[in-house]
Amino acid sequence: MSSDNTVDLKHIKPYGDTLGDGVMQFSFTLPVPCGEESKEAARQLLLKMGIEEPQVVHAQDLGVGYTLFVMYGKSTHTVDYTKIEVPKVDSEVMEKEEVEAYLAENFDRDIVIVGGCTGTDAHTVGIDAIMNMKGYDGHYGLERYKGIKAYNLGAQVPNEEMLAMAIERNADAIIISQIVTQKDVHIANMKALIELIESEGLRDKLVVCAGGPRISHELAKELGYDAGFGTGTYAEDVASFIAQALVKRGAR
Amino acid sequence: MTSKLNLDFDRVEAARRSAHAVALQTQTFIDKHTTVAVERTILRLLGVDGVDRFERPLPNIVVDQIRSGGGLAEGVCFWVGNAMCATGKSAQEVAEAVSQGALDIMHLPVASQEKISKTITKEAIAATERIRARRLEREALLDRLGEGKKPYLYVIVATGNIYEDVLQAKAAAKQGADIIAVIRTTAQSLLDYVPFGPTTEGFGGTYATQENFKIMRSALDEVGEEVGRYIRLCNYCSGLCMPEIAAMGAIERLDVMLNDALYGILFRDINMQRTLVDQFFSRVINGFAGIIINTGEDNYLTTSDAIEEAHTVLASQLINEQFALLAGLPEKQMGLGHAFEMNPETEDGFLMEVAQAQMAREIFPDAPLKYMPPTKYMTGNIFRGHVQDAMFNVASIMTGQSIQLLGMLTEAIHTPLLQDRALSIENAKYIFNNMRHFGDEIEFKSGGRIQKRAQQVLDDAADLLLEIEQIGIMSTIEQGKFAGVTRTMTGGKGLEGVVEKGKHYFNPFLELMLGGESR
Repeated sequence: MSSDNTVDLKHIKPYGDTLGDGVMQFSFTLPVPCGEESKEAARQLLLKMGIEEPQVVHAQDLGVGYTLFVMYGKSTHTVDYTKIEVPKVDSEVMEKEEVEAYLAENFDRDIVIVGGCTGTDAHTVGIDAIMNMKGYDGHYGLERYKGIKAYNLGAQVPNEEMLAMAIERNADAIIISQIVTQKDVHIANMKALIELIESEGLRDKLVVCAGGPRISHELAKELGYDAGFGTGTYAEDVASFIAQALVKRGAR
Repeated sequence: MTSKLNLDFDRVEAARRSAHAVALQTQTFIDKHTTVAVERTILRLLGVDGVDRFERPLPNIVVDQIRSGGGLAEGVCFWVGNAMCATGKSAQEVAEAVSQGALDIMHLPVASQEKISKTITKEAIAATERIRARRLEREALLDRLGEGKKPYLYVIVATGNIYEDVLQAKAAAKQGADIIAVIRTTAQSLLDYVPFGPTTEGFGGTYATQENFKIMRSALDEVGEEVGRYIRLCNYCSGLCMPEIAAMGAIERLDVMLNDALYGILFRDINMQRTLVDQFFSRVINGFAGIIINTGEDNYLTTSDAIEEAHTVLASQLINEQFALLAGLPEKQMGLGHAFEMNPETEDGFLMEVAQAQMAREIFPDAPLKYMPPTKYMTGNIFRGHVQDAMFNVASIMTGQSIQLLGMLTEAIHTPLLQDRALSIENAKYIFNNMRHFGDEIEFKSGGRIQKRAQQVLDDAADLLLEIEQIGIMSTIEQGKFAGVTRTMTGGKGLEGVVEKGKHYFNPFLELMLGGESR
């Protein structure tokens, strides 16, 4: 433990109320009845996870012989923060007006973006936040951008239809949203779209991005996308990336 | 009733008259048409069930044979009734013979309309009586076991596996839930058939099948006995099989069904002619079976802004009410929907939420209003989310809501974990109990923010309905006035399954159920 307030970046651990105390909170359910035995089981589980001094502060029967635990403990593990590398969308994020100016400067036409929730996903809240006029939380959506023609195809769009629409509209970019990720249904669906685009020989022409609460840039790249956007993404993040990616590819 | 909001009830009546006119205009269209889904539903009611060796449901096989033979306009009652007269078989036996390729019901000698009608009507009366019996069974159970206090605590299970759902549903009932909704797997609304048998594989939900209904019904009856409270079962009567699901639900004694007149059109891009015809028959069945429907106005607010578009919610509630009345569904079964979806950063946002909820209560005094939790502005910060859900619960108990779909602190992260549901039930029980009669004790300041807000929303809704009355519901949707979504008369999925009724067409269930005891 450090005796001063300098964080040892090579060995960071959670902070409770004193640097280096390693305090963490946990909540989880064990499929056994509430009692001294299950509390001990919960403590042993945390010990196995490298948590010292595990304390059960709350244990509650959930009605079917299962127990909810709230626990605290101290992490024995540390992480070397100086060695962390996270792939990030490597473009400058511009405000809406800056994106519009950038587009005006680099294109003598509107760029075209088609988007939707592909596969079986019926949850449009993400794609709507990015694309619809209104946007989300005070950040206007792509439909409102000068220099962008945005087409939101909505929910449950088959990959084939998404691509057909992109071709028909002469799109520069496809953006898809995947909210339902239970049993990794999104992985197969995301792969299928890329394969389809490749088989049509359009991969170099189109900028393809994915977004959703469980989508990271790293995952999207791995699946062959140009970028992935997680929670906290607004339209300007997506617009900035697409605009710059297109310019990099020499699109005009 | 004295209005806490000082609402102008003449204005409410005007809005209601507009909505009634809109529904009547549409009913003229509905009465002239039938759909493949309506016809399959009639077959199910007549006892046709099961699949062939390729897993194709028998109702689909029979309707497909009639449609490809060019006879859909005359309906299944005519063709199957005729086949029953010609062969002496039951409807199920006729369907089995068709599925085995042993019978072509399009090429049989045609009996007299009177004989066909008599044969089918006899079966239809028996089927209607079976559904009536399920309804009476529910009423007896409610009498004997009793039920939770309103607002009913409504939670969802969504594991994809019906047996896992049963475990979670029983746990939720023991924790205090009153209504268990089994979320459907994401793609089901666009299937033009209902899958068969128990299922264990679904994404974000579990297939609605008759067997799954039966399994969950029996589990909830069992746990209802244990906890001494009737536990209601809810599923989704929407999508391309809307009326078929209603029939299955009526047969298996479901208690609550999501069943919106416009939802499929707006949010699933199902053809509007198809949905309007389908919703009517589905509501006739739900009405007769004593099932509470839930309408989907909350969805408007996830795609549009809850503050700016509040009046579209009220307008849609009024339209849903009038469509439901035409289908014989009484107010006490109309779980009209709305939601607590305003941006939590809004100053005085809670006041506007209360205004909206109180307004719905006063305009629909007998409806078991279904109140939906925050979802759009749930962030992944579960601690804040739990507080947002608490605010939602406070608004509900203050304004006398009836069905509370409990918010989950982990909304926007995953389908609820067992513990998430327990925490949200605990949250609601605490607030509902602790503030039980708070609504009876308060009035709103005359001319204050809450009153003014409600009056404004009512005004805007009445104006919108007047406009819809002038142009009709179909043009309204074409112009994107609901949820900012634009749909056309001939666009969307399922139009090929709509047909104008022919001169031999008859459906005895309409009369049997509409003349029923539900009113």
